[in-house]
Amino acid sequence: MEWMAWTTPSALFFVGIGCIILTMVCWEIVSPTVASKGFLPIITTRGDRIFISLLSAAFIHLGFIGLTMLPLSVPLTIAIIWLFIVMKWG
Amino acid sequence: MKKTKSNKAWFLVLPVFILVAFSAIVPLMTVVNYSIQDIFGATRYFVGVEWYREILNNSRLQDSLVRQFVFSGSVLLIEVPLGIAVALMMPKAGKWSVVTLLVLALPLLVPLNVVGTIWQIFGRADIGLFGWGLNALGMDYNYAANPMDAWFTVLLMDVWHWTSLIALLCYSGLRAIPDAYYQAASIDRASNWAVFRYIQLPKLKSVLLIGVLLRFMDSFMIYTEPFVLTGGGPGNSTTFLSQALTKMAVGQFDIGPAGAFSIIYFLIILLVSWLFYTAMTHGDSK
Repeated sequence: MEWMAWTTPSALFFVGIGCIILTMVCWEIVSPTVASKGFLPIITTRGDRIFISLLSAAFIHLGFIGLTMLPLSVPLTIAIIWLFIVMKWG
Repeated sequence: MKKTKSNKAWFLVLPVFILVAFSAIVPLMTVVNYSIQDIFGATRYFVGVEWYREILNNSRLQDSLVRQFVFSGSVLLIEVPLGIAVALMMPKAGKWSVVTLLVLALPLLVPLNVVGTIWQIFGRADIGLFGWGLNALGMDYNYAANPMDAWFTVLLMDVWHWTSLIALLCYSGLRAIPDAYYQAASIDRASNWAVFRYIQLPKLKSVLLIGVLLRFMDSFMIYTEPFVLTGGGPGNSTTFLSQALTKMAVGQFDIGPAGAFSIIYFLIILLVSWLFYTAMTHGDSK
């Protein structure tokens, strides 16, 4: 895999994304999603909420990287908390 | 009647999935890998998020981003209403509708670099009809020296090239509206505006969604036309994000920073496209 210039952190990142997608697929098979309205201004399915969470996580990280010198664990913790909030009450 | 449930149809999606994986997902993953490393030929060093920090704090790229949003916003504000207006004025049937469709389709068939070349010559004050005409009218027009003229020409070129797309999409949407709606409006003595506001515009929603998304994504990734027309100048006044990215990746061969730039660029396009899509389909889910 030299041509893709892999590193351990990027491999772990993509394994993480893959696991999230796989979990969502299994969850959907076991209990199909029902569109619902939470604190987000739109009606969302479970897939919508995970997409919103992941996209938000990317921008939370970019915001912290661009504006602060804090370690990545800070935006990562915020992004995980945000993911749970959106999945539960979004 | 009891429905038979089968997931075999998913196998039909498999070829497309493999194709998308090799044309989009694998390259994107590679770019992510590049973006966290400093690469010199075969030698690579892990740098973490350093390139992202550098790109996010680069004032020239921030200026390009602002320019890009202004350009895409202007393109949408001009092309969408103009495209709808053109579609509404087009003949509904007969030979003239065919002629109009052909004329409108013409700009869409011109290759991007040819469009740039056409406007480069067309806008010249010495030999170009457009540039010469404006100067003859007393305007001091020179797109190679004046940033405002360059912006005006790039915008005009994009409007000339792509308004037809919106017009053709809207025309197809308008033709799909059943006559019964117009008959009902006529019985109610609805004004032209009321017909447009309550019949035509709601029925155009789905085609407009495609049109707005296509035009946003295309204009946000614009490269060839302004590159051929102005080369990003005068100064950096028409240097958009893709031009800055190409300069970084191909000109300077800074693969790591270019990778970080590409990921940020991709995320912005993804976010704005999703916002447009959600805003335009939100009404349906209420």
